[in-house]
Amino acid sequence: MITSVLNTAELRKDFPLLEQSVNGKKLVYLDNAATTQKPKEVLEALNTYYEEYNSNVHRGVHLLSQKATDAYEAARTNVAAFINAKHSHEVIFTRGTTEGINLISNTFGRMFLQKGDSILITAMEHHSNIVPWQMICEERGATLKVLPIDDDGVLKMEELPALLDDKTKLFAFTYVSNSLGTVNDVHEIIAQAHGKNIPVLVDAAQAVQHMKVDVQHLDADFLVFSGHKIYGPTGIGVLYGKEQWLNVLPPWQGGGDMIKTVSFEKTVYNELPYKYEAGTPDVSGAIGLSAAITYLNGIGLEAIEESEHELIQYALEKLTAIEGLTFIGKAKDRAGAISFLLNGIHPFDVGELLDKQGIAVRTGHHCTQPLMDIFNIPGTVRASFAFYNTREDVDLLVAGVRKAAQMLS
Amino acid sequence: MSINEQQDEIVDEFEMFDDWMDKYEYIIQLGKELPLIEEKYKTEDHLIKGCQSRVWLHPEYKDGRIFFTADSDAIITKGLISMVVKVLSAHSPKEIIDADLYFVNAIGLNSHLSPTRSNGLLSMLKQIRSFAHAFYLQQKNNATS
Repeated sequence: MITSVLNTAELRKDFPLLEQSVNGKKLVYLDNAATTQKPKEVLEALNTYYEEYNSNVHRGVHLLSQKATDAYEAARTNVAAFINAKHSHEVIFTRGTTEGINLISNTFGRMFLQKGDSILITAMEHHSNIVPWQMICEERGATLKVLPIDDDGVLKMEELPALLDDKTKLFAFTYVSNSLGTVNDVHEIIAQAHGKNIPVLVDAAQAVQHMKVDVQHLDADFLVFSGHKIYGPTGIGVLYGKEQWLNVLPPWQGGGDMIKTVSFEKTVYNELPYKYEAGTPDVSGAIGLSAAITYLNGIGLEAIEESEHELIQYALEKLTAIEGLTFIGKAKDRAGAISFLLNGIHPFDVGELLDKQGIAVRTGHHCTQPLMDIFNIPGTVRASFAFYNTREDVDLLVAGVRKAAQMLS
Repeated sequence: MSINEQQDEIVDEFEMFDDWMDKYEYIIQLGKELPLIEEKYKTEDHLIKGCQSRVWLHPEYKDGRIFFTADSDAIITKGLISMVVKVLSAHSPKEIIDADLYFVNAIGLNSHLSPTRSNGLLSMLKQIRSFAHAFYLQQKNNATS
């Protein structure tokens, strides 16, 4: 009997959705990099909010509004502790990773980006960490530069020093690649950028659910992630920004809650974190995300990391044995996703036949088209893991891939 | 065989399989029967827009009827094209324009195909219809001139 650090078979029971059949087969959910399923604790928190204290925050004098405000702000404190932010007002609630990046590209870009300057990203970024920067660079007459990767899907760190030149105003990069599963050496990257006084934005959308992320230890200037990829609801996300940055940057969206006083002549903006939360925020989303974090804390990120690492090693080993299978992304340090192709077979064909066997994977370019172009492929089949996945899931995946390969060749 | 007779035949054949994996096996088999497009036509303007995988389609107008050849880089897609071509190829432009393609629903493909695939299938049908329209107009113009 193989002993695991986590009793995944038992933990799975916390996720009602996983207990179902798809196309007459037991569901094997391996599309966790796209979104994770929600534990009962999160569903109950959402339900309780709407059944017992749904109310607008920060403005009512009545009891329900007070309760909602307290829960919303407690969620912020919980998130701050989870990523070890120095202050809870350094945590801004957003709609997700994409909105967090857009917030920084717009505010930072308008304030600091001049003609001839540049923003640095990497070749493995998700479209959400490419397009916002392209847009602001175009607007400001700046250039977008790209740190390349090698054939294994690992950043070419030897090229980083030259790219961190005096024209570079910010380096935005992913912690973990959503397509390749590569875990980047974030500490080293940040140390090098800061060595040249260049601030960094870390896209942690594929990191926070797999490993302990400590913004102070990393010394990240900005860090973003999405609630729905860390077992929370959709529509809520987090932007962490160092207090000194967020105080300097201008507001982004205008509206209610982000102001102190408004007259037709002049508006005085509110202080952090409200300055960046215009309009009624996603109160239930924040409460749901907080419940997800509390749930994860109960299991322990270290145990999750160890358990997932073990499972991914097992999956790599089993998949390697399939004839004609090539991995796209062969980094040593990896988390979350495994991308692969079957010799000469379109990834959509494999994905469709896996679906008919009850196995949910993602096929396509995974919102990383430039990365697919580098590998000169239309896309990949991507299996991505959560702590609730078991060895049985991996065995079913492997059997499913074998069956698809046999039918398609 | 008329368009509807061909559709009925496909529906009957699909009914022999209970399991969707077997139906897919059959679709893949059908793909092998697709009259392949000549390599020289595998160009950008023969690509069908709206398909996630690459699909090339070429119409040939001969003696009042349209004959289709095609290909795709995805095997299941190839099977789907093959079904459509089987049903619509070798018919007059008018017959193709007027055709009621009920077989897609009847075999349950609509609910079983992934959304990207069914969108692709729709794009393919749209392209075939627009070819038929063009040949139909050409035919009419020739008749009146």
